[in-house]
Amino acid sequence: MDTAMDDGKPSRRRLKHRYPLTVLILQRLGLSAGLLLAVSILIFGGVEALPGDFAQTYLGQSATPQAIENIRSQLGLERPITTRYFEWLGNAVQGDFGESWASGNSVSEQIGKRLGNSLFLAFCAAIISVPLAVGLGMLAVHFRNRVPDRIINIVSLAAISLPEFFIGYLLILFFAVKFGVASFPATVYDGMAFSDRLAAIALPTATLVFVVLAHMMRMTRAAIISVMSSAYMETAELKGLGAFKTIIKHAAPNAIAPIVNVVALNLAYLVVGVVVVEVVFVYPGMGQYMVDAVTVRDMPVVQACGLIFAAVYILLNMVADLIAIIANPKLRHPR
Amino acid sequence: MTDPLKYLTDSVKAHGLSRREFIASSMAAGLTLTAATSLYSKTAKAAEPKRGGHLKLGLQGGAATDILDPAKSQSQFTFVLGRNWGDTLVESHPHDGTAVPSLAESWESSADASTWTFTLRKGVQFHNGKELTIDDVVKTLHRHTDKKSESGALGILKSITDIKADGDKLVVSLTEGNADLPLLLTDYHLVIQPGGGNDDPNAAIGTGPYKLKTYDAGVRATFEKNENDWRSDRGYVDSIEMIVMNDATARVAALSSGQVHYINRVDPKTVSLLKRAPSVDILQTSGRGHYVFIMHCDTAPFDNNDLRLALKYAMDRETMVEKILGGYGKVGNDFPINETYALFPEGIEQRKYDPDKAKFHYKKSGHDGSVLLRTSDVAFPGAVDAAVLYQESAKKAGINIEVKREPGDGYWSNVWNVQPFSTSYWGGRPTQDQMYSTAYLSTADWNDTRFKREDFDKLLLAARAELDQAKRKEMYRDMAMMVRDEGGLILPMFNDFVNASNKNLKGYVHDIGNDMSNGYVATRVWLDS
Repeated sequence: MDTAMDDGKPSRRRLKHRYPLTVLILQRLGLSAGLLLAVSILIFGGVEALPGDFAQTYLGQSATPQAIENIRSQLGLERPITTRYFEWLGNAVQGDFGESWASGNSVSEQIGKRLGNSLFLAFCAAIISVPLAVGLGMLAVHFRNRVPDRIINIVSLAAISLPEFFIGYLLILFFAVKFGVASFPATVYDGMAFSDRLAAIALPTATLVFVVLAHMMRMTRAAIISVMSSAYMETAELKGLGAFKTIIKHAAPNAIAPIVNVVALNLAYLVVGVVVVEVVFVYPGMGQYMVDAVTVRDMPVVQACGLIFAAVYILLNMVADLIAIIANPKLRHPR
Repeated sequence: MTDPLKYLTDSVKAHGLSRREFIASSMAAGLTLTAATSLYSKTAKAAEPKRGGHLKLGLQGGAATDILDPAKSQSQFTFVLGRNWGDTLVESHPHDGTAVPSLAESWESSADASTWTFTLRKGVQFHNGKELTIDDVVKTLHRHTDKKSESGALGILKSITDIKADGDKLVVSLTEGNADLPLLLTDYHLVIQPGGGNDDPNAAIGTGPYKLKTYDAGVRATFEKNENDWRSDRGYVDSIEMIVMNDATARVAALSSGQVHYINRVDPKTVSLLKRAPSVDILQTSGRGHYVFIMHCDTAPFDNNDLRLALKYAMDRETMVEKILGGYGKVGNDFPINETYALFPEGIEQRKYDPDKAKFHYKKSGHDGSVLLRTSDVAFPGAVDAAVLYQESAKKAGINIEVKREPGDGYWSNVWNVQPFSTSYWGGRPTQDQMYSTAYLSTADWNDTRFKREDFDKLLLAARAELDQAKRKEMYRDMAMMVRDEGGLILPMFNDFVNASNKNLKGYVHDIGNDMSNGYVATRVWLDS
């Protein structure tokens, strides 16, 4: 980053040429900050637009006008929306996400635990599903339009067509209730042995693998097939390059971008989109935490969860783009 | 609970019925003396509690927003949680709903029932080793009755003017006489905490049979036995694990795979499937909660009693119980009290589905056009289906009901108690007086039928201070008739509590007070393995 000082007054264009990746990362980080700000405004506005404020929804049917008034004045809910937003923003920028309105506990502390659980589950699902998907995709290309390809296609399509809760229920029915081999519920807690933790998440992990596998597998297959059938592959073959070299030098750089992109999207889904799986398996992750908070309009928690989810998406997409650029010289030196 | 003998054997298990009472009652139910005696000894033997074991509960109703402070307890999960670690001054009898001593050993009232004196039990220790004193009790009650209090019990304690210690006795003064005060103190928010819980309301330190070991809001709680418990007839298992399971299917799966011993809120739609599982008992308990259709008596067109009566006769109650509750409930009679309340007015004629009478009153009301009913599934489970069923039965009486489905979000703030005709749910209250004061007194905040009658209000206040039970029962009968025949309440059904347990779980007490054995499930059962 200090390279900008090298020759006094470097033009933006020259910088971009000399350090394309650094500039790109900086650009992306700046853009991400802007995006996160926009997301926070959207969430704040969205929660405000929901019928009923925190005091009303938290007390529910048992609300009395006096009790609602007590809670509102205690939390300062009667102040204008802009004042409240900027106050929250001011604290958030300094890393203080405040306390949950409902429980009075520190949001950061609570999220730390839940995010850890979510990441752990996502990580386990990812290290199984990503290699499996890419491997199966290559296998499908290898046996293109033959029986193994068809089987892989049908099974993965079936898995993606079934709703995730249904896959979850099926796994519970067979492995937990009928055969009694898997552990259920998947509740994890502090001080649980690592092996127990792994046993607890076996079924939810399997469910998630089923859900994301097909998408990634099919994209791998499509990307490789499309590259393989392109003119430059034929040229490479005609000019006498060996099959291995062709794939490394010509096919991989072009196929990797779409694959990495779909993997990133699925990884992001594994972190932020699994609330249904969490509920079915009784797994204490971020999704459940955020849903509980939205139910009572617990703004500090909703905001913090929303920002983390957005950040995960932005970060994973950025990483995917970077990998694609690094892998492909054509993208690395744009004209 | 329909089987009188089952009821009696339950009572023995709950230690609430002596041998003499048991034999007398079972003979009244048609058993011979020998049969009754042998049934008693059999029940008593089977009911011999076993100690030890690790009890696991899978419960619906916990959220990450839950908090340990009993004043703010409002989920099913924290309800049971509080019962495990804490005690109230008074408890209610599981079968007849009368007040029975707990931390308060005895009590007496002034002749007009406006001043009450409670004698505190001696030698009770909190989990932290501190002795329970009158000061703790006074401070606890102060915390819940303070004007700025956020306690869920604030509403029911409104009439308390003064709480003070008189030596080692507690003296409570009220604005007017209330014969039910001891029962009000059974409320699950009113857990006695050391120093009133002012220093740390979330400490979960009380006098209950279990000590809280770990707690993760919306996830899990674990307890260990309080070896110093002042009572020996509870707390049979060594340790408890409560897991939040908000998904109905997950609860059923956890129970049928033997991972938990007890689950709450079994869906009436699937209960017949669960029944087939060999290791599972379905636990059905009559409750006070009721599903209602409410009309504002002061808003056109519902300000016409004939239209209200027409709509009441147009309700097919039997079908509602069968279709919406899967048979797990009882028909209602358009007043909010059922036989689980003390002083229930017996012999009031059951209102039935009668399209002819509905037609007659509808014509007499002179109303023309359709009637708009607002509903949402948050009102009660199956509320939208219930509204459509009602639409059908009313159509046969020539009444056109237009059903409008409202968003579940904000239903309680925008529709219920705001719109003139909607669906809703009421949980039970400990006494008839509480139920009527909460929702049928002219000045009540939650008078969701806008039922405003001076003679009713007067009767309610008079009944509250009346210590002669026979007179009081007569008054409650008059009030029930007023609400039934002139109120804005259509009450098709009282829902039963449907829970389920593993067959190893013994000693479950069917408590009419509230769901899950009035929250005491974990402290009353034992494991037989």
